[in-house]
This record gives sequence, C-alpha cells and structure tokens, in this order.
Amino acid sequence: MNEFLHMGGYAAYVWSAYGISLVVLILNIILPIRREQALLHTIKKKLQREASKP
Amino acid sequence: MLGPTIDKYAAPKNAYSLAFTLTPWFAWISILLFIGGIYGGLVYAPPDYDQGESFRIIYVHVPAAWMSMFVYVVMAIAGACGLIWKVKLMDAVARSCAPLGASFTLLALVTGSIWGKPMWGTWWVWDARLTSELILLFLYLGYMALQSSIDDRRTAARAGAILALVGVVNIPIIHFSVEWWNTLHQGPTVTKLDTPSIHVTMLIPLLIMSIAYTTFFITMLMVRLRAEILDQERNTTWVRDLVLGGTDK
Repeated sequence: MNEFLHMGGYAAYVWSAYGISLVVLILNIILPIRREQALLHTIKKKLQREASKP
Repeated sequence: MLGPTIDKYAAPKNAYSLAFTLTPWFAWISILLFIGGIYGGLVYAPPDYDQGESFRIIYVHVPAAWMSMFVYVVMAIAGACGLIWKVKLMDAVARSCAPLGASFTLLALVTGSIWGKPMWGTWWVWDARLTSELILLFLYLGYMALQSSIDDRRTAARAGAILALVGVVNIPIIHFSVEWWNTLHQGPTVTKLDTPSIHVTMLIPLLIMSIAYTTFFITMLMVRLRAEILDQERNTTWVRDLVLGGTDK
C-alpha cells in the first residue's frame, strides 16, 4: 500500500494531477445542479407572487 | 426541414423531458467507467519503462485534452445550427458546452504542466501544442464572457456562434502541432494507425477513461441544458405546470 501511494517517487505529481481532476469534475457536478435548483426556486417564487396578486 | 423526429425534440418541453430521462443513465455509465478506468490506470497498467509511475498522469491528462477539443467542435456545430436554422435548443446546447469545455481545457493544461515538471524539467514551454491549447482556453472564456455580457439571448447566441466558428481553425492546429513544429511534447501514441506505440495493458484504461470523460460530459450537458431550457421557457405554461405542480424542489 505504501509503495502504491509512493508512486515510484512521483507521488506529489501523480496525486496532485488526480486530485485536481477530481475537484474540477466534482465542481462541474455541484455548480449546475445548484444553478438549476436556484432557477426553479426563483421561477416558483415569481409565480406564487403573481398568483397572490389579484 | 429537420424532419419530424428532430422537430419533436427541438420542442423545448420534449427536449427537457428527454434530458431529464437520460441524465441518470449517462451518470451511472460514467461512474462505472470512472471506477474501472481509475483502477486500470493506477493499478492494472504496468509502470512505463521510461517514465516510471509518473506516466499514470496520462489517464487524467489525455482524456481531458481530447475532450477539450471534442466539446469545442460540438459547441461550434451547435452554434452553427442555431445560427442557420434558428433553433433555440441548439443555442442552449452551445451555451451549455462552454463551461464544460473550459474545465476540460484547464485540466489538460494543469495536469500537463504537472506531468511536464518531472519529465521535461519545466512546468511550461511556449511551444505550439501548449500555446494553442492555451488559446483554446481563451476562446472558451471569450465565449462565456460574450454570453454573460449580452443581455439579449438571440444576439448573445449569434455572437457566440460566430466566435466559436472562427475559433474552429485552432482545433487542427492543436492536433497537428506536434507534427508541424518541433516541441518537447511527445507525438501521438494512440492515433497512429499502423503501429500504436502504447502497450495494450496501458491503452485499455486510457480508452475506458476517455469514454468515462465523454459520458461525464454528456451527463453534465443534460443537466446544464435543463437549466438553460427552463430559463428560456420560464414564461410558458408547461414550465408553470412543472414548477407549481411538481414536488417541492
């Protein structure tokens, strides 16, 4: 296991490359989902405001 | 002109529900491929005789670089369709591609830089491959800046499509840069048809990772597309029914 993590002396390079890739991909999942939910919320609020006004 | 099938899905409501249905399928395929590809890349593939374990960066670097170009071509084609046939859905596809493509380009540049340091002894060189890939990042960022600075959707989509189409010239430059100019960057290892200079145990994880990135792109394109369609159609009755009739979202 230690040998695997050590990556033949290239641990810093290999793990940082994989780590940065993971972070960027996860941000690409979270941000659009949050945007979609925020948008649905905004549209809903606007529709409810319109409905409550005569 | 586009035929009944495409017309049907070009209707925003149908496109929205199709994107909604497809999202989990592509998400699961992508997750499984990522698990297989990462295991293959980090464990199954043997260390490179020349580069040792550092070559494993290839499994996050090359798919990101391929996707940076592929997504750009998708964005330009979608932009062109929006421009020619005035299909709003195509404008939405192009808009949704830009941040994803920019992410892949950034990843290609950063992971390449991290790979370059131990192999070439430098983080960066101003050679043709790296410079043209950096220009690709600027094209994406320029497209996104255009979209957010022009309020009218139609105008923004037209301006963006023209920028994307002009920028397509950069794609073959990136691809052939390692053949046309001298560079530190290694030549193609996979797309050489006669004798691929990569061993099959190293190649299989690379192909799996590439399909994983592609299905990831499709998944997140669907999610982004859903939000774009909702935004475009926010004043229609079907969005009203969806938002008010649906569960608390």
